[in-house]
Amino acid sequence: MTGDAIISVRDLKTQFGDQVIHEHLDLDIYAGEVLGIVGGSGTGKSVLLRTILGLNPPVAGSIEIFGKLRSQMTPEDAHAVERRWGVLFQDGALFSSLTVTQNIQVPLKEHLKLPVQLMNEIAALKIALVGLPAEAGPKYPSELSGGMRKRAGLARALALDPEIVFLDEPTAGLDPIGASAFDELIKNLQATLGLTVFMVTHDLDSLYAICDRIAVLADKRVIVTGPISEMLKQEQPWIREYFHGPRGRAAMAAKSAPPRS
Amino acid sequence: MAREGEAGAWLEAVQDATTLVLKAKGDWIVAHADGADKSLAQVDVRGRRSVIFDLAAIGKLDTTGAWLLHRAQRQFQTQGAVATYIGANAAQATLLDAVTKGDRPTVDHPAHGNPIMVIVERMGRTLEEIGITLRDATAFFGLVLETLGKTILNPRRMRLTSTVYHMEQAGLNAVPIVSLISFLIGAVLAFQGAQQLRKFGGEVFTVNLVAISFLREVGILLTAIMVAGRSGSAFAAQIGSMKVREEIDAMRTLGLDPAEVLVLPRVIALIVMMPLLGFIAAFMGLSGGGLVVLLNLGMSPEMYIQRLYDALDFWDVFTGVIKAPVFGLLIAVIGCFEGMKVEGSAESVGQRTTASVVEGIFTVIVVDAFFSILFIQLGV
Ligand SMILES: Nc1ncnc2c1ncn2[C@@H]1O[C@H](COP(=O)(O)OP(=O)(O)O)[C@@H](O)[C@H]1O
Ligand SMILES: [Mg+2]
Repeated sequence: MTGDAIISVRDLKTQFGDQVIHEHLDLDIYAGEVLGIVGGSGTGKSVLLRTILGLNPPVAGSIEIFGKLRSQMTPEDAHAVERRWGVLFQDGALFSSLTVTQNIQVPLKEHLKLPVQLMNEIAALKIALVGLPAEAGPKYPSELSGGMRKRAGLARALALDPEIVFLDEPTAGLDPIGASAFDELIKNLQATLGLTVFMVTHDLDSLYAICDRIAVLADKRVIVTGPISEMLKQEQPWIREYFHGPRGRAAMAAKSAPPRS
Repeated sequence: MAREGEAGAWLEAVQDATTLVLKAKGDWIVAHADGADKSLAQVDVRGRRSVIFDLAAIGKLDTTGAWLLHRAQRQFQTQGAVATYIGANAAQATLLDAVTKGDRPTVDHPAHGNPIMVIVERMGRTLEEIGITLRDATAFFGLVLETLGKTILNPRRMRLTSTVYHMEQAGLNAVPIVSLISFLIGAVLAFQGAQQLRKFGGEVFTVNLVAISFLREVGILLTAIMVAGRSGSAFAAQIGSMKVREEIDAMRTLGLDPAEVLVLPRVIALIVMMPLLGFIAAFMGLSGGGLVVLLNLGMSPEMYIQRLYDALDFWDVFTGVIKAPVFGLLIAVIGCFEGMKVEGSAESVGQRTTASVVEGIFTVIVVDAFFSILFIQLGV
């Protein structure tokens, strides 16, 4: 189910001032997989995501995206790459002066030339796909709750039907039903579009439900990657605590229990 | 997969008397949505009993492509033909299902009506907003005065550090620009005045002109306009961004009163600093005027000062002094008021900041006019 690496990070180093966030970090993201990134607060998960996106220049190391080295990309290359990914930031990062519908149409307008009617339909469809009520379309972000803003942000990330989406703690702030529905949605999209998902998450249920592979960030690098079954065998104290702690056990039980009907 | 060089999405129609088979070819993705949309629009189903979409040869399919197919299917149904899909693989079928579930009436943005009505409506709204702003501003003004009163009764509640900080920011740091502008305007006023007065031999009265206009009106008005532009806007932007990030709400829940913590230090800072800035403006204006008089009329500095003494009485100096703290109060209150009115977005911060400057300058000029009438009535 996984193909070639579409993004490879090698020997990455990032720092702010004297504070080194990552050092000798290697990571591959394969086409069609859902990769979950876990790690303690402040270990640099968001920074890693921003660095891959090119929002935060690395101090050393290489990042290869769709077969091109980030450091050798021309502005046109970068623009072409932006079409092929979608990003959901930690708190939605919607444009506050635009309605939800207009927010979703921003990437459509930037990259394509489509009739207005079709753009409105696409926006309405994405709003439906992320589980927002139709009434959310003409609303401004400040008129939405935190969870709704997150869904609207996801709708914008999906506007161009990207090949890969980057999600920073997507289910944080959603109610449990909304969070499972979100997991379901990601799973569906992945199945139908061959979508690749790079997801920073603390949601153990998501990790169990949809992640094909998990990468653990600690000591400034990715210390292990592998499916959840592998994580459960790890002896590293933080990983043990994470997956075998009370919440980890609850999520495992939920996964292995026979589905209620 | 569509072959290279054949990018796009299109339909191939195969038909018999009752059935139309539409073979979808190419990549039905958002990048080709325009072409796909057009090729679907050309399909004519009148008189057909059934339409079959054959997806067996389709390349890629994304949500937009699926949407277009679904929309066409729906449209054909309403035109009396039974429309179905064949040849979709499992993933494509799931996607088509998801899109079908996502089809619901769109909620449109409010339509633009008749342009004349829109203008009339906007004017009405603006008037209403002005009314509401006036009412709210008066209420806010009352709140500030109440807080000020409470603080005077209990001076230990005053935020001294913050007040001093704003005195520095809004007062001390404004000294260079206020000095420079006043000096230049004083010089210009003297120069222009001398030109006109020379025509009937009254050049010596240039001193009276500069002195009286600067001390009574120009000095303090110039200062107020500059402070409204520098500090009124800063107050609105600072408080506004805090409002956007819910810092003000957080403050309230922690039992802090924003009027006391944020508004009062700024108000007190301007009340205290405006007279100082006004004094500096007057002094620099008179210096600028003096320089022109010195160069242009050949009056010695001693003589200039002597003439100033003769020209001015107590009230010329005092009317300026009395207005300064009032202007400071108004500018600070308006800046803070507009900051508190910010709602939700970054754009709102910009709008409120602009409003704080416009309203600040407007109010100062209106109040200055009232002062003039008052002073004339009092004969001072
Ligand atoms: N713009 C920045 N300037 C300085 N330090 C930063 C910046 N962004 C993040 N950091 C630091 O980098 C570390 C990792 O942050 P982050 O990636 O946000 O953590 P998390 O893993 O919780 O997402 C933190 O210690 C944070 O203080
Ligand atoms: Mg983070």
